[in-house]
Amino acid sequence: MMRFILPFVIFLVLSVFLYKGLGRDTREVPSPLVGKPAPAFVLPLLHEPGKVFSPKEMQGRVWLLNVWASWCGACKDEHPVLMALSQQNIVPIVGLDYKDKAVDGEATLKKAGDPYSLVIADADGKVGFDYGVYGVPETYVIDKNGIIAYKLIGALTSQNLREKILPLVAELQAK
Amino acid sequence: MKYLLMIALLLPTFAFAGVAKDIADDPVMERRMMHLAEKVRCLVCQSEPVSNSHSDWSNDVRQIMRDKMKAGATDQEILDLLVERFGKSVLFDPPVDKETMPLWSAPFILLLLGGAGLYYQLRKRRGEVVEAELSAQDELRAASLLNESPALLDPLPQAGEEANVSLRDAPSKDIKA
Repeated sequence: MMRFILPFVIFLVLSVFLYKGLGRDTREVPSPLVGKPAPAFVLPLLHEPGKVFSPKEMQGRVWLLNVWASWCGACKDEHPVLMALSQQNIVPIVGLDYKDKAVDGEATLKKAGDPYSLVIADADGKVGFDYGVYGVPETYVIDKNGIIAYKLIGALTSQNLREKILPLVAELQAK
Repeated sequence: MKYLLMIALLLPTFAFAGVAKDIADDPVMERRMMHLAEKVRCLVCQSEPVSNSHSDWSNDVRQIMRDKMKAGATDQEILDLLVERFGKSVLFDPPVDKETMPLWSAPFILLLLGGAGLYYQLRKRRGEVVEAELSAQDELRAASLLNESPALLDPLPQAGEEANVSLRDAPSKDIKA
């Protein structure tokens, strides 16, 4: 009897592991920054390079930091989602134009619409590196105390917005 | 005039030489950087080290490594910085800690399990294989069969092979004893 049960149990255990492996996206590296303070920076605004923005200014508010670029294809997919979100006026969205030419970034927003409360320009990608960005788009949810609560790698969709990000924002705002 | 044109043709070459110099600035540091970059996974291309990758992100990481090295950071400090930003999975050899313990201990656990299985099987087998006691008659038969066999195997025994034959006989003597 044992000789039949044992291989079957081994088969079952292996199947569970392999099945879990199938569903995993190896690109989704869990960010070590979640639960930590958002790295500080001072960056010029895309539209008014004379002015600067620093995350400190958002203290006391829940906000989204959306990393995008004019050269990024998936950003075009999430653009309508961002537009719809900005119209609902639920949460301020700060756009970080990552490794982009200011001219290209501005042209893109002028053409497609600007969903951002404000846009900052990270021309050399140094701030992106501090935030652990390794591809665009990425979206961070940052709480009232400036702690990173969540990091989304990849495009925003109405689904992950509805299921994950908006409930989290509501929860953090209520705190 | 001809010579002037020839000199003019060479001008762009000088320009390129100037650009390339930037990276090869300090060959010792460049080698140290590449050595360190071999330990870092390119997150965009997954299975490739940063040292081999041509992706934009890997370029950035290499540049940051150069900058930090120029600023006097040790290799470990640079790796720590990368882990802090991108998580432990940027390292090809993840550090041994609470989270990676199952990963690191898995080979030893499997070895132990295999060893235990082998030990169990061998114990079981020892019970099964009973060394049969031979009766005197059987022993005689066995001896005669064994004695015959060299002749059967070797149809033309020659004088020079005597030593060999006696060697073959040796085991049967043991059985008799």
